[in-house]
Amino acid sequence: MFLARVVGTVVASRKDPGLEGTKLLVIQPLRPDRTPAGKPLVAVDSVGAGESEEVFYVRGREAALPFLPAEVPTDAAIVGIVDHWNTT
Amino acid sequence: MILARVVGTVVATRKDERLLGSKFLLVRTIDPRGKDEAGYLVTVDTVDAGFGDRVLVVSGSSARMASGLKDSPVDAAIVGVVDTIEVKD
Repeated sequence: MFLARVVGTVVASRKDPGLEGTKLLVIQPLRPDRTPAGKPLVAVDSVGAGESEEVFYVRGREAALPFLPAEVPTDAAIVGIVDHWNTT
Repeated sequence: MILARVVGTVVATRKDERLLGSKFLLVRTIDPRGKDEAGYLVTVDTVDAGFGDRVLVVSGSSARMASGLKDSPVDAAIVGVVDTIEVKD
């Protein structure tokens, strides 16, 4: 799983039936010092995340699991809203 | 999922039998502000996207979860046509 910040939203009316009713958010992966780590991507939200929040997300086939038994065709899902993190 | 723009079509007569009937589109990755990036991908279109559309592309094994692609040998599928992208500055 990876740290990221929510930076935007995507609206798509015409989409796979499995994506109906989902919230699509643009997220920017972050390093622990909050600098950007790579390019932004679109993730499906499973926890009610919102604009500017720091989150962690899961990639790959596992990204569909938060939505079971629905089959959501996604390769990225936000699975947690971060309260804070520490690095030593 | 990544954002991309449809830039072309791909036609292949000889292909895996599980790809028969699939529509292949060539897409170029874009950033959330719509600026072109360097990457190009061959994708299977499941939502009837068209030339120039901004689309959502799901990659890897998750692509097989798109409708009609179960057990297909694909790793990139278009699963949405983007209406709007809002990005905070």
